[in-house]
Amino acid sequence: MSKTQAVPRAERTGRPKGPQWLKRGKTSGKNAGDIAVRRKPLKQRLIENWQLYLLLLIPVVITIVYKYGPMYGIQIAFRDFKASRGITGSQWVGLQWFEEFFTSPNCWRMIKNTVLLSLYSLLWSFPVPIILALALNQLRFHKLKRVVQTVLYAPHFISTMIICGMLRIFLSPSGGLINLLLGTSIDFLNQSSMFRSIYVISGIWQEAGWGTIIYLATLSSVDTSLYEAAKVDGASVFQRILHIDLPALVPMAVLQLILSASNLMNIGFEKVFLLQTDLNKATSDIIAVYVYEQGIQHAEYSYSTAIGLFNTAVNIILLIIVSRIAKKASDVQFV
Amino acid sequence: MSAKTKSVGKKPGGLSDRASDAILVVLCVAILLVVAYPLYYILVASLSDPYDVYAGKTFLAPSQFTLDGYAAVFSDDSILLGYWNSIKYTVAGTIFSVVMIYITAYPLSNPDLPGRKFFNIFFVITMYFGGGLIPTYLVVRDTGLINTIWAMFLPGGVAVSNMIIARNYFETSIPKELKEAAEIDGASKLRIFWDIIIPLSRPIMAVMVVFSMVAYWNDWFTALIYMTGEGRAPLPLVLRNILIASETSASQASMISGGYAELNKLTEMIKFASIIVAAAPMLIIYPFVQKLQYGPISVYFTEQDENGLWQSITDEEAQENSARAPAKSRASTRSTAPN
Repeated sequence: MSKTQAVPRAERTGRPKGPQWLKRGKTSGKNAGDIAVRRKPLKQRLIENWQLYLLLLIPVVITIVYKYGPMYGIQIAFRDFKASRGITGSQWVGLQWFEEFFTSPNCWRMIKNTVLLSLYSLLWSFPVPIILALALNQLRFHKLKRVVQTVLYAPHFISTMIICGMLRIFLSPSGGLINLLLGTSIDFLNQSSMFRSIYVISGIWQEAGWGTIIYLATLSSVDTSLYEAAKVDGASVFQRILHIDLPALVPMAVLQLILSASNLMNIGFEKVFLLQTDLNKATSDIIAVYVYEQGIQHAEYSYSTAIGLFNTAVNIILLIIVSRIAKKASDVQFV
Repeated sequence: MSAKTKSVGKKPGGLSDRASDAILVVLCVAILLVVAYPLYYILVASLSDPYDVYAGKTFLAPSQFTLDGYAAVFSDDSILLGYWNSIKYTVAGTIFSVVMIYITAYPLSNPDLPGRKFFNIFFVITMYFGGGLIPTYLVVRDTGLINTIWAMFLPGGVAVSNMIIARNYFETSIPKELKEAAEIDGASKLRIFWDIIIPLSRPIMAVMVVFSMVAYWNDWFTALIYMTGEGRAPLPLVLRNILIASETSASQASMISGGYAELNKLTEMIKFASIIVAAAPMLIIYPFVQKLQYGPISVYFTEQDENGLWQSITDEEAQENSARAPAKSRASTRSTAPN
């Protein structure tokens, strides 16, 4: 409502500046880099853009409170946080919580589980969308292609909660689908040796189809005259995939691999949390779940924050390393 | 055309086109079945007698067709309340997040806004670094959001990666001449936003709306932490008690015959039916996104990856990003334009 009221007033103030805008528009239209040279004085630009600052005010305030506020609160990882004393009033304890974590009995198991689970997940689920995209791209029956795509995307739109509910039904030892098909009665979920496979396979089932979008988009920009030329030369479909499509996907695939590698420590909390049982903890015990248990369930605020901070720190280091690599890789492959 | 390619395909050099087409079709249909079958199995199970499901009689079609499971779901007050809560959170969250994306992206798409670089960095930092679970929880608690609908979306702030996509869209896909002509005619920045940017950015808005809807509909972790009060849980969290927590008690009960049996039967039926009921809304909506696929969604993904991560990871690179982004994404939209 206030927006529409503000319009007429702004129109009045905006009008006299018309001719200057005309000039700037002509010069800047061709080359965006020239703008800086021909800019109007800062003060004038500040006044002209007051409405934009007004729009930005709300997101900026929310971001400061709910994004930068928690960053300030990270210091409780180094304090003995007591709600009654507030953040800065709580006693400074240095690295006590980190020491406690690294000497806790399950610490290395959790780190190992976190890294291994994401590593397996990354390695197995990375090639599947590429293969699917290559096959779908060569499918010449457009109706079938459309149907396959629609169905493949479906699991992505289902909540993790539902996925895990389905997994529990399928993997149930008494009358679960998998046991019915195998004619066995194995309690898959309660075996720690099965946990990673269950996690990875269900992850592929849910996300591989959705993952094809980016590769299909890349393939759609492949020059079709290449296919025509290849056909004239007598190349089969599989030769076309091997020599035209696959090379076209390599840069994007490298990019995706690197990007997901930077998320190594950010393994999805939700699925692990929902699939964890007392009996599969040997492999399903990961840092994120421990952070939740300690922080929310046991209200160990400082301890939980410290573990979370350790996780974030590892991730940021990975991110920086990987972004450096990506930059180099992209210089080689894109330019 | 297909006739022509088939005749060409008979040349030497591996399989003929017809044979490889057949292989591809078989492969794709097989994949289709693997992905679709679990969903189909649950659908069939929800329409069958649970004892027959566990006896393996419902691989292909319902056995002893019944709608009792659905009847039980729709007469279960906690599920209905969860459904209603989910709808509320989804509608409010989607409106909030799309509005936030727009009112952030539009100012930042103005090339001569003083402080543009600063604001870009200000938002991008939150993409890669956050306070973590507990510090965020403490802020949310201290600002009094616990058990209010605001807790579901306010702490999420601006969806920065989506904001970057919208910003690039405003910069490159909406003709600059239009904005400049409007300014010459005396339109204010807000007026341009309202009369030009919003109407002309419908495709990207549709994508943002659908993606936000899906995210809010499926979210339960936020509610697990912030919505602890009675009757506040969204549908997935309500289903947690049915799908996850009851697993042990149900299988224990199945060993005890007699009085528990009838109760257990109903629990199992509710399990199957509630999965279908909870998944259905998004499964009905998402095929509409597919129509947009080669337009905004492909732009969505490529832009997210090209401009989202490594170019804006450090301050220096973020500055570079804001300077380079317009030229780069203009090139990318041009290349996707024929689609």
